Amino acid sequence: MAEQRRARVPVAKTYKLYVGGQFPRSESGRSYPVSDAKGRFLANAAHASRKDVRDAVVAARKAFPGWAGATAYNRGQVLYRVAEMLEGRREQFAAEVAASEGISGGKAQSVVDTAVDRWVWYAGWTDKIATVLGAANPVAGPYFSFTVPEPTGVVGVLAPQRSSLLGLVSVLAPALASGCTAVVVSSAQRPLPAITLSEVLATSDVPAGVVNVLTGRADELGPWLASHGDVDALDPTGAGAEARTELAREAAGTVKRVLTVPAGEPDWTERPDIARLRRYLEPKTVWHPMGG
Amino acid sequence: MNMWEYAPAPESRDIANLKPAYRPFIGGEFTDGSGEPLKTINPATEEVLAEVSTASASDVDKAVRAARRAYDKVWGKMPGAERAKYIFRIARLIQERARELAVLETLDNGKPIKESRDADVPTAAAHFFYHAGWADKLDYAGLGPHARPLGVAAQVIPWNFPLLMLAWKIAPALATGNTVVLKPAETTPLTALVFAEICRQAELPPGVVNILPGAGDIGAELVNHPDVDKIAFTGSTEVGKLIQRSVAGTHKRLTLELGGKAANVVFDDAPLDQAVDGIVNGIFYNQGHVCCAGSRLLAQESVVDELLEKLRYRVSTLRLGDPLDKNTDIGAINSAEQLAKIRELTESGESEGARRWTSPCPLPDRGFFFAPTVFSGVEQSMRIAREEIFGPVLSVLTFRTPDEAVAKANNTPYGLSAGVWTEKGSRILWMAGKLRAGVVWANTFNRFDPAAPFGGYRESGFGREGGRTGLEAYLDG
Repeated sequence: MAEQRRARVPVAKTYKLYVGGQFPRSESGRSYPVSDAKGRFLANAAHASRKDVRDAVVAARKAFPGWAGATAYNRGQVLYRVAEMLEGRREQFAAEVAASEGISGGKAQSVVDTAVDRWVWYAGWTDKIATVLGAANPVAGPYFSFTVPEPTGVVGVLAPQRSSLLGLVSVLAPALASGCTAVVVSSAQRPLPAITLSEVLATSDVPAGVVNVLTGRADELGPWLASHGDVDALDPTGAGAEARTELAREAAGTVKRVLTVPAGEPDWTERPDIARLRRYLEPKTVWHPMGG
Repeated sequence: MNMWEYAPAPESRDIANLKPAYRPFIGGEFTDGSGEPLKTINPATEEVLAEVSTASASDVDKAVRAARRAYDKVWGKMPGAERAKYIFRIARLIQERARELAVLETLDNGKPIKESRDADVPTAAAHFFYHAGWADKLDYAGLGPHARPLGVAAQVIPWNFPLLMLAWKIAPALATGNTVVLKPAETTPLTALVFAEICRQAELPPGVVNILPGAGDIGAELVNHPDVDKIAFTGSTEVGKLIQRSVAGTHKRLTLELGGKAANVVFDDAPLDQAVDGIVNGIFYNQGHVCCAGSRLLAQESVVDELLEKLRYRVSTLRLGDPLDKNTDIGAINSAEQLAKIRELTESGESEGARRWTSPCPLPDRGFFFAPTVFSGVEQSMRIAREEIFGPVLSVLTFRTPDEAVAKANNTPYGLSAGVWTEKGSRILWMAGKLRAGVVWANTFNRFDPAAPFGGYRESGFGREGGRTGLEAYLDG
């Protein structure tokens, strides 16, 4: 019996991209080895290319009207479902985070728990943010005028390089909660939790294309996102300081909304405020005459 | 066609108190600028109105220093309730000098006096009055109890609504505790310099507001000055992109209000006569020099012929001429340069195969005028359907279904405003949700109010002006 148990060979996972609800390899055929904090080989990750960025943007744009048009209650339930699915896979994520980030099992568990809670926090915002940021405008005339925040569109997210799961969730969840769709470039050195998170998203009623995850290098893929005409906003968190300036210059060509982010990686365990939601929302003012 | 004949009813130009020369306003004083002086002209007559001393790069530096000093020593730490009273004073002074400002605006800009008198100036006063009240209530601005001003705001404004755009910029900046260096447009500096006088009459502390006349190069100096914390720009998308690029990697906060190519969508159940007035207002108000102008009319196919007939009749009754005449509907194009641009784009409309109709109204012998023009049979690929003309030129396209209307309306890199005309309430709200624009006017057009946020999606810029939301552009939360 003992002999047989030892003979059991684990089934290793092939880590691919997550685009349009599918898990394709990079169209470039490229991959790169990913190691744990001690330098031991973990897996090969797909090395996404410019063409993968473009495919992901197409998928995100296609998914945008449905996601933006879904009721806020519905979006909230979907994001809560992500928390449920993540909760169910806590141990797997803790192991992956521990391996990726070189932290203890207990610390990794706490990071995963905070990531689950973050989804819950943002899930609750979907049907409240319009109340907080919107307004009935008391205009000086016989008009009914109101302002509602609407999602800005497709968001390009360069996820944090260090915090492979909690950091990723902290930058992705606000984009989704606001009703935007996203193209995410994961941490380059620690990409595996991002792909496992994609599996959670794929089984959480998040419609195909709402989130697209590319593993690869932010400095290679960021400029294509920044200059892409069909990307409305950019979160440059995962890019270095100099690269951020260049990205912001590129983004000016299409008047993108570029998030102002801290120079270093923040402490992701701190509870966020609504700044990220605000940056992904466009106040829309509607007027109609009043009369008997 | 029967036209009502009206006797001329010109407003007196003496009311403008025109002075032969105007100077930059820096640190509370009118001082000679060391830039090349410019002559500002009346676009309706091409006569020189006044000589204006302009700022140089060193004047920009002086003004930014004055603004910084005023921010550090006085304005930034003044209690909101005290700041408020200065801003209320400014609102009252604008109201008191409203007639003078209206006539001066019309002389310098070319817009009809009835517009400067009934819209530009009173709305400018309203902006100051509205924002004054915010100054001691910023804890309720939605950015938490510790919201702070940003510091020195560099503001660059266009020539289409000179005083009103100044008010949109300066009022929220002052209310939130920032100090200001503002550059008015090269062709329309005069009301801004009278506003500087108003700041003195209000005893606003020196340096809180600085006004620098000059051309685009001075605007560039200003936004690139290292000691500026905030930039607010209203103008072309082209220049907006340059500014966004130039501030990349700096600490400067930026809001942009840029161009537009708004769709005005008319459904077959719309009250057509009302819609016609809204279409006319949408595109011919202020000679079409409006970034949110309804420059693309999307008419449902079943009513397009009837609509065009009514529209042409209505447009042919618009009175074009002396902007100071109280009967005038369409005034002068602001500059020879803008007139040339409008002509070039209208010629492209003809050469690309759209059908041109131009109002038979007579044009004055001198001055920059362009008769209201309507193009029908316009295709989405034509330049007149894609590019901002910024003149009294309407492009008419058609659609069959609501989905097609939405697709065509949103088929533009811009997203500033849109209009919808229909009697069906559910359709209005559906359309309002689908149109990718910062302002949607339903069964009305071109409504503005300091309490209602205004600003664009996509390449029409980012940030809002007006309402609680507008304060966010000037606060660090």
